[in-house]
Amino acid sequence: MTTTDTSTESPDGITTEITPLEDEAELVTSRSSSGRRAIDIVVRSIVPIVLALIVAALILLALGKNPLQFYGAIIENGLVGQNWENSLVMMTPLLLVAIGLIVVFRGQLWNLGYDGQFLLGGVVVAGLAPQLIAATSPGIAYLVLTLAAIAVAAAWTIIPAWLKAFFGTNEIITTIVMSTIGVGLTNILIEYVFQNPAVRTPQSRAIDPGDMLPYIPGTQVPIGLIVALLVAVIFQFVLSRTSFGLRLDVFGSSAKAARHVGINSRTMTIVLFLISGGLIGLAASMDIFGQWGYMRTNWNPSYGNAIMPFVFLARLSPVGAIPFIAFYSVFATGGTIAAQESGVSVDFLQIVVALILVFMTVTEYVGTKRDLGQSYLPDELKDAMRKPLNALTGRMRK
Amino acid sequence: MSASPTLAPAAGVISLSGITKAFPGVIANDDISLDILNGQVHCLLGENGAGKSTLISILAGMQFPDSGSIAIDGVPVTIGSPKAAMKFGIGVVHQHSTLVPSLTVLENLMLGEGGLMLKEKRAASRLEELSGLLGASIDPNILASDLALGQQQQVEIAKAMWTGSRLLILDEPTSMLTPSAIESLGESMSRLKAEGLGIVFITHKLREAYTMGDCVTVLRGGRKVGELTPERMKSLTEAEAQAEILRAMFGDDLAAAGSIESAAELAGATEAAPEASRVDVTGRPVRLQVAGVTSVGKSMDVSVTDISFSIHEGEIFGIAGIDGHGQAGLAEVLSGQRAIASGTISLEGADITRLGVRSRQEKGVRYVTDDRLHEGTVGNLSVAINLLLKRIGMAPFWRFGQINKTAVNDEAKRLITQYTIRTPSPSTRVGTLSGGNIQKVLLARELGHGARVVVVNKPTYGLDLKSVRLVHDLLRAFAADGGCVVLISTELDELIELSDRIGVISRGSIVGTVQNDGGPDVAERVGHYMIGGRAHDND
Repeated sequence: MTTTDTSTESPDGITTEITPLEDEAELVTSRSSSGRRAIDIVVRSIVPIVLALIVAALILLALGKNPLQFYGAIIENGLVGQNWENSLVMMTPLLLVAIGLIVVFRGQLWNLGYDGQFLLGGVVVAGLAPQLIAATSPGIAYLVLTLAAIAVAAAWTIIPAWLKAFFGTNEIITTIVMSTIGVGLTNILIEYVFQNPAVRTPQSRAIDPGDMLPYIPGTQVPIGLIVALLVAVIFQFVLSRTSFGLRLDVFGSSAKAARHVGINSRTMTIVLFLISGGLIGLAASMDIFGQWGYMRTNWNPSYGNAIMPFVFLARLSPVGAIPFIAFYSVFATGGTIAAQESGVSVDFLQIVVALILVFMTVTEYVGTKRDLGQSYLPDELKDAMRKPLNALTGRMRK
Repeated sequence: MSASPTLAPAAGVISLSGITKAFPGVIANDDISLDILNGQVHCLLGENGAGKSTLISILAGMQFPDSGSIAIDGVPVTIGSPKAAMKFGIGVVHQHSTLVPSLTVLENLMLGEGGLMLKEKRAASRLEELSGLLGASIDPNILASDLALGQQQQVEIAKAMWTGSRLLILDEPTSMLTPSAIESLGESMSRLKAEGLGIVFITHKLREAYTMGDCVTVLRGGRKVGELTPERMKSLTEAEAQAEILRAMFGDDLAAAGSIESAAELAGATEAAPEASRVDVTGRPVRLQVAGVTSVGKSMDVSVTDISFSIHEGEIFGIAGIDGHGQAGLAEVLSGQRAIASGTISLEGADITRLGVRSRQEKGVRYVTDDRLHEGTVGNLSVAINLLLKRIGMAPFWRFGQINKTAVNDEAKRLITQYTIRTPSPSTRVGTLSGGNIQKVLLARELGHGARVVVVNKPTYGLDLKSVRLVHDLLRAFAADGGCVVLISTELDELIELSDRIGVISRGSIVGTVQNDGGPDVAERVGHYMIGGRAHDND
């Protein structure tokens, strides 16, 4: 862009990627272009992560840390030796929460109340498990309390779902409000109902380590991971191959079309919220039974916030989310230790997640512009660049 | 953007030269050059797919040409975005509404403005100014969703001219208007022309091109294949001009169409005549009976009050009326999409009042919606899925809830062949097809597999001429086989051509029914009821 006329840059070479618009382009979509589209999607999914890691490295440099050492420590602590097992333990609830979000997001419904739903599901498990295991057996407790966690977390979505379905109330607000209430309620339950009398800190009784979820043979990873992977595969099938999945896609694409086809949007809204809440409850149960064994007040892992960008990078595909969630699990597991070692706040990981979100938006913006055959740069930016250039060359001509 | 005075000779012209734009597999614009002069109505004619829309989107800054250049008043410019187009004073009124339904007229108009605060007072006076210019009265505080289509269009024009305009592009503006609304649009256009604005008017109706346009450019297959300069337009009679345009528009296809006359009919150049030799259907059994139906609904467009009629086997019952007077409500009530407060609907004697969309669909009550892009189809799903959209979950296409891709594809291929839907494959996204082919997808879905009654709402709105004729033929064939059609249309010509009877809807009620007996006064009688309804409207 050394000439004055920056805007005449020809879009040659990118026109082949254009998504057809309007009626003119009805003879499109060949096999090669669908292959290219697939590559395009992969590139668009990975580029934001790479860019975020680069910028995070620059931030580390600015903080006087060695980014290579930091990233090396992440790999070291997240993968090497037996550390990959820790990452897989972390991946279990993350993946389940991700699928719970994918299901509603596909219907263009935004359940952002995952924290409250997760904690309420979790507190039911943590609070009741010790007694129930003592009274019956661990197997029965797993089953009963997992179902209970699913029911409680799903129930926590009913009010927002009902308001949305019958009155069109914005579910983003209602789920967040309900989440806040849920978090508070969890703390009250721990302190006043499930308090462990043996300790002074507000926390529930712990499940006996021997009664936790069994490990996958040969590893130290609880079988919750297998549950999560199974759920991912099942939902992938449900969403892509069944009539329910198709109805959900129609519902998500256009409320008008859904009504036209005879999909009951009220039922659909409520069902989606219940499934979403239920999966988040399942995540809570697997996490408490598999990893923690108890809960204390003010504990909130906020899994939903952490995986939010990856849900979108995976284009709302449950199986597609697996590698992204795996990446984040390694990153977070190793990163927590790496941050402590190098003296960076653990919140730095959240910054990286935020950076991924930012670059995802930028990548989508550029990609869409390219699809439309337009210039990559916004006009305002081009104008801003053109004016000083024009002034400069104008002076040179004189 | 004002031109520098030194370039006076070229002032008042937007010239496109050598515009070429290719999409994969199709060259939408191939070396098109034309000059658009201020104070002229420049008609752009051509079938759908001829490249009109692409040319417009290039002028509007939505697409970028592969090669070629645009000069305004002799100064080469780059229109890199819709915003840039606006800056150059190029305003576009799209075929489909771009108004936000939940905002008022004034709020819609202020949407494009910059700045921190809304300048409501200034906006109101600007709207008044534009209303005066257009010769239209627009209530600034009414919700956009409550506007009739004709008014909606006036607002769209006002929006396109909001920040000052030198070129107004109207993309098929008449396809959805009633005769009187077309007339008032014509008046608005001449007022704007007199003010020195350039107007690009896209249509495929020759009558309109001749009466409203000063000059004509004809596109076919992405190329400019003919033009009539203003001088030549004046020197030709209507018939001569039409013949010349038709030759350019259809070229070799003219032979296929048979004669100039049939091509002219195709192109909407002739007056509509009722279809001769209609069968008398009054002796046949009643298939659909609607008695005293009142809907649940707030805005006028979607509610109906105390509607009663009955349709016989093999009958086409036309519904005429000024747009936005309950047509959508009637269609939705019949299809089961809208709840009924009182009244009954029965199909072949069986009460279907309480049945939902899916049960009615199974019983053979079908609905071809007028909103084929957002309601009738899901653009990002495949043609095959869209063809089976109303049979999701049904055998043999779904077994135990799981899709049977072979069955779906076989059925889709069958329908694609039967209805000659032009699509690269059944798995192509339906949103990439042309309007005519999308409409064929809808008709293929609704007319087949046991259809008894089909409600069609504006079935030919926005379609090219060949598709219009095909849709008419399909509806006629359906009725000839004993099917019932409720034909809701704002095109009077179409109603007279196809219907056995025409009911006129006004303010959500049927105010009169006219037997389409082939008499010369049918249009007049229908118009009488329509205007009666409108006079009522003005109370």
